[in-house]
Amino acid sequence: MGFKDFIFKKSLWVFHFGGASCNNCDIEILDCLTPRHDLERFGIKLVGSIRHADVLLVNGSINKKDKDRLERLYQQAPKPILVVAIGACGCSGGIFSDSLFFAGPVNRIIPVDAYIPGCPPKPEAIIAGIVKLANAKKGRKKQNEKVL
Amino acid sequence: MREVFYFLIFPGLAFVATIGGVLSWLDRKVTAWVQFRKGPPFLQPLYDFLKLLLVKETIVPAKGSITLFLMAPVFGLFGALMASVFILLPAFNINSGFEGDLIVIFYLLIIPPLAYILGAMASGNPLASVGASREIKLILSYELTFILLLSALVFKSGMTVSMREIIAAQSETVFIGSISGVLLFIVAIFIIQAKLGFVPFDIAEAETEINHGSFIEYSGSAYAIIILTKYIMLFTLTAFVATIFFGGLSITGMGALYSILKLLAVVVLVILIKNTNPRLRIGQAMRFFFLWMNLLVIISIVLTFFGF
Repeated sequence: MGFKDFIFKKSLWVFHFGGASCNNCDIEILDCLTPRHDLERFGIKLVGSIRHADVLLVNGSINKKDKDRLERLYQQAPKPILVVAIGACGCSGGIFSDSLFFAGPVNRIIPVDAYIPGCPPKPEAIIAGIVKLANAKKGRKKQNEKVL
Repeated sequence: MREVFYFLIFPGLAFVATIGGVLSWLDRKVTAWVQFRKGPPFLQPLYDFLKLLLVKETIVPAKGSITLFLMAPVFGLFGALMASVFILLPAFNINSGFEGDLIVIFYLLIIPPLAYILGAMASGNPLASVGASREIKLILSYELTFILLLSALVFKSGMTVSMREIIAAQSETVFIGSISGVLLFIVAIFIIQAKLGFVPFDIAEAETEINHGSFIEYSGSAYAIIILTKYIMLFTLTAFVATIFFGGLSITGMGALYSILKLLAVVVLVILIKNTNPRLRIGQAMRFFFLWMNLLVIISIVLTFFGF
């Protein structure tokens, strides 16, 4: 693991994209930043602009309107960027997978680095997923591939 | 040769960036303690800076002035660095400074916010221009108070416009020891708050409202330089206030310990105000400075005139 990888995983800034979510995953993601779970211990903080982001959290089922926005967000993000799909809807579509307006799970639109399943996943599960992602060796290499 | 050392190593870039990073860590750590959290590790500001500088891609906006967009952070860094050197040389008693350096410091301290405005306007982002417009209004409101504060200090130290003379005027009693000094100190703390964009006055970069406002388009190395400027400004302004109210800093012997305590007192006060206040609207902030803070400075000038 090189120096750049080490620096990168020590300071992950998170941008949160909520698709057509039922808000349970949003609440659990916010729970991670609260005093009980405190993700700032690992240098993770929530940023408001995609230009500052290192991690793109996507939750909720992605419908046809969200799809364009998600693609655009991914193109606007400075590389390397990690994409994390959170919750059953983000990972696979969940109960919406047969819906008329469903535009595919996140990995059919942009490349996904980690899946955190659950409906909604517990904050502990989200933290475990982020830690696994940060420790994955090939995490950053995949990012530099040209997609879309 | 000695000037190069001054500007790049000791009171200059390397020193202020290091101390500024430590203070920035302290800011996040104290914030975490206030919220009963654990907070980030000690090297977090370094990680953030290096990640932005080395790892991340720098994106330039398609519809904007690219040169100005990329140069603005450098201007800001330049202003903050020059201000810190001109403040710290007399404060540490390395160099006597020059007559009228207080006015030069005043102008140099405006450069970083002006650079943020230029960068935001050059980015072509609507939210950034909202942030820039708010930053302009904020500058208009606090700069008048700041120049009044400096003139009150000049009056208090016997009509001298030099940092060294102001420090020398405090050799018996420091300015914070008098009633007018306390009033001026309150004003100075709020001006620091506004200059750093800390919470009661973070109108220009409201994260939840206009997504970092002026800085919304910055990424990669350009944002790294902005972050570095913010670290330096945090240290520069606290060192300035510690110098002009607590009678100078020192780097040798027990003086070093006292200097650290002075800096910590100012910084922790600023951080606690940041953590216990909501964001003001721009009109409220302008009224706060135009009416109340200016009034406070004028009262303290009158008190100084009568010898309090």
